[in-house]
Amino acid sequence: MNKENIRLRVNKRDYQLEIAPNRLLLDVLRQDLGLTGSKRGCDDSSCGACTVLVDGEPQMACLMLAVSYQDCEITTIEGIACEGQLEPLQRAFCDEGGAQCGYCTPGMILTARHLLAHNPRPTDQEINEALSGNLCRCTGYVQIIASVRKAIELLEKQESGVAAAGQGG
Amino acid sequence: MGETTTQSSPIGARVPMVDAVDKVTGAGKYADDLTLPGMLVGKILHSPHAHARIRSMDTSAAERLPGVRAVVTGAETPVKYGILPVGHDETIFCVDKVRYIGDNVAAVAAESEAIAEHALRLIRVDYEVLPAYFDPEQSMQAETNLIHDDRPHNIEREYHHHFGNVEEGFAQADYIRQDRFDCPEVTHAALEPHSTLARYDAEDGTLTVWSSTQVPYYLKKTLAATLQMPEEKVRVIKPLVGGGFGGKSEVIPLELAAAVLARKAGAPVKITYTREEVFLANRGRPRQIVELKTGVTRQGKLTAVEARIIQDGGAYCGYGVVTILYSGQLLNAMYDIPNVKFDGYRVLTNKPACGAMRGHGTVNTRFAFEQQLNRIASVLGLDPVEIRRRNLLHPPCVTLNNLRVLSYGYPECIDRVVERSGWKEKYGKLPYGKGIGFAGSHYVSGAANPIIRSAMPQSTVNLSVDRQGGVTIFTGASEIGQGSDTVQVQVVAAELGLPLEQVRIVAADTARTPVDLGSYSSRVTFMAGNAAIAAARDAKRRMLQAVARAYGVAEEDLLMEGGRVLGRNGCPLSLTLAEAARLAAGPAGVLTARGSYNTPEESRGGTFKGAGVGPSPAYSYSAQAVEVTVDPETGRVTVDRIVVAHDCGKAINPMNVEGQVIGSVWMGLGQALQEVVDYENGRIKNAGLLEYRTASTLESPPVETILVESNDPEGPFGAKEAGEGSLAATIPALTHAIYDAVGVWIDTLPVTPERILRALQEKQQAEWKSPGTGARM
Repeated sequence: MNKENIRLRVNKRDYQLEIAPNRLLLDVLRQDLGLTGSKRGCDDSSCGACTVLVDGEPQMACLMLAVSYQDCEITTIEGIACEGQLEPLQRAFCDEGGAQCGYCTPGMILTARHLLAHNPRPTDQEINEALSGNLCRCTGYVQIIASVRKAIELLEKQESGVAAAGQGG
Repeated sequence: MGETTTQSSPIGARVPMVDAVDKVTGAGKYADDLTLPGMLVGKILHSPHAHARIRSMDTSAAERLPGVRAVVTGAETPVKYGILPVGHDETIFCVDKVRYIGDNVAAVAAESEAIAEHALRLIRVDYEVLPAYFDPEQSMQAETNLIHDDRPHNIEREYHHHFGNVEEGFAQADYIRQDRFDCPEVTHAALEPHSTLARYDAEDGTLTVWSSTQVPYYLKKTLAATLQMPEEKVRVIKPLVGGGFGGKSEVIPLELAAAVLARKAGAPVKITYTREEVFLANRGRPRQIVELKTGVTRQGKLTAVEARIIQDGGAYCGYGVVTILYSGQLLNAMYDIPNVKFDGYRVLTNKPACGAMRGHGTVNTRFAFEQQLNRIASVLGLDPVEIRRRNLLHPPCVTLNNLRVLSYGYPECIDRVVERSGWKEKYGKLPYGKGIGFAGSHYVSGAANPIIRSAMPQSTVNLSVDRQGGVTIFTGASEIGQGSDTVQVQVVAAELGLPLEQVRIVAADTARTPVDLGSYSSRVTFMAGNAAIAAARDAKRRMLQAVARAYGVAEEDLLMEGGRVLGRNGCPLSLTLAEAARLAAGPAGVLTARGSYNTPEESRGGTFKGAGVGPSPAYSYSAQAVEVTVDPETGRVTVDRIVVAHDCGKAINPMNVEGQVIGSVWMGLGQALQEVVDYENGRIKNAGLLEYRTASTLESPPVETILVESNDPEGPFGAKEAGEGSLAATIPALTHAIYDAVGVWIDTLPVTPERILRALQEKQQAEWKSPGTGARM
């Protein structure tokens, strides 16, 4: 198959790639860019382990042709820690046992990130609904939900901290 | 080994797993994340037939395809292997016969996945299709076309145990109940598909394999045997593993196939299973048929139990001999049963081989036993909790079948669940359609006897203390997401009085780390934990001795705390760990220490045939109450609440223990309600994660955990098993709750809405025929 020159913008960095047009975004991320944080857990978009954010929306990279996402801002799990600091969801998944084997964790965190960006104070039911496309086989989800709750707490503290600093200034 | 710990001790601390940051940032590497320069893609050709003789095979077209670098078949790899020394019945690729749809016929290494797949299609195999066996009870009758020639009637193994005298026991019973339970096959469905990367260095004849394994040590041995290489030339490295649950606890065909291909191609080869191939590789929990007979006195005291168990093992032995033994042996060590008889049959069929899955061998027997106990309580008008209390063990004790029980937190588990769940206010008192059920379960804290019998310790840990006071643990134990690494760091930090950050861990690399037998049978915390403690004590002793010598003080006047060596009893000394380590290192330059663990002789069980499986140095216990809502119109079950109490001995990391317990309960719930590997003529109909329905967030209820700490006298800081023992009780507690809600008992899993509706219809018809009989019988 003839290759095409494409550009991808991943984690705020631009890449020029020469790839076959039938390559899946998941494979390009993992094999060409070395971003192996996005996982493959199934053959048929049933597990959500490959979830990435495309212009902020969670999508399964195992279903996407890389060539079709040249004008998008793609964010993988590698792109969310800010200057080496864990972001609140990551911190919370560590502290609350949200990651056991860790294989579902990147997809889970990215999906939760989208939820909290649009709904900063979700109910338990809303969290369950948002994460229902991401399978986990270790946790029974209890500590994952607890992790999302903890992240909400951390984000609220961050905000009030920022607000307080603002007032102080 | 239990001892008092101070407030700041890492024991009992809810600390994140030591590899948590790698997992939340995506930096951690699993096998499929690894690449090597010049790496090829490996693909396996699977059998399309359930049972067929291979008349001939032609791989020449595949070999000629540009980009193909190696093709291997069974003729080149005839050495038999299997996880059990008594079950060497597999070869890397089939030599003469295929025995299930998905069996491994040949493999290709190519420059791309597309080329490898194309090459597979060019391999011509001429099969002579044979009659196949899919049902274990039919397979047991087979006279001809046996699946393995040396297994008459397709029976892999049968056991007949009789402890006490069940005839006498049943004669003493006021009530005897017989039921048949049928639990279909379920599988691990770990989120990470198996993956193996292999590199063979022809220059020095060494093989390095990175693999998603729970058992690097056994993998190393099997690679050496099947590739006919010296064991010391084989190195196995376990990267992060994305869940195991037993599915990676024996050697899986791709691990050997990748190595054979790498050696033949002269280039690194990676094979990653598709999800469908994961199902074909299987090693899940076998379908189990339990015919159970239990006798009790009017007061509910057990007088005898007799179980006839058939397991549908699939086409190869795998762990099968162990699985069938667990299913009978662990009828014991939970309740005081004076007479026990067990007839167990592990049967071969033309389906993917079953193996060890969380709660190995015990789960379906426990479901049957607890369900029958609840039915007996119901008939006798006894409280289901009370009947359990009347049959408790009185440890320390040794059961009829030689299982030694020391710590026994089951009574407390029962009490705590009764209290927290509101059992007394709820059982039998909730409105129609709502119910609560109760059950218990237990599990081993590691098998007391290793798979390959030898005098070698079960686990060995090396420890080094560098000149800056940094401690490194070298352990063969396999982290698979359960917290293996973390628990070892915690016990070493506690023993040396160090903050956790000062302890590093290097694990599961057979070239660098000493032997640990692997992550199976819930052995790691108990065995590797004890080995790590022994190593830390060795290091501590060396440091205190060196300091005592250097400063002319008594060793007893020194202690390690807060990262320092401190004097006591009036001795004013205070040194950093680095200073102590340098003194202890002396002319050797570095302080190294080691420790190991082996099971005590008294814990290893009896001498009868099959006595080796079931014994453990300690058993965990679990009690559970499950609350449900059943819609009698649709048969739909909603689980409203689960309360579980788990006796883990001592929670070294309560957060991780809770995670293990909840995960077990949840997996049990999946088996109870919705999971089944569905076969049609030997073909799996649901070999995908959408079709094999594991629960999502929407179907997963809250689980409230209570940790009971019975402080096992031999456990590390008193700890026991946490990752498996709570799975089994969930199933009978759930079916009991359904009975409490709508008055029907379901003895066949999974408890689908269809089964509930059918049972409700049958109950209604029975009541029409004989009006006036009690609804709740």
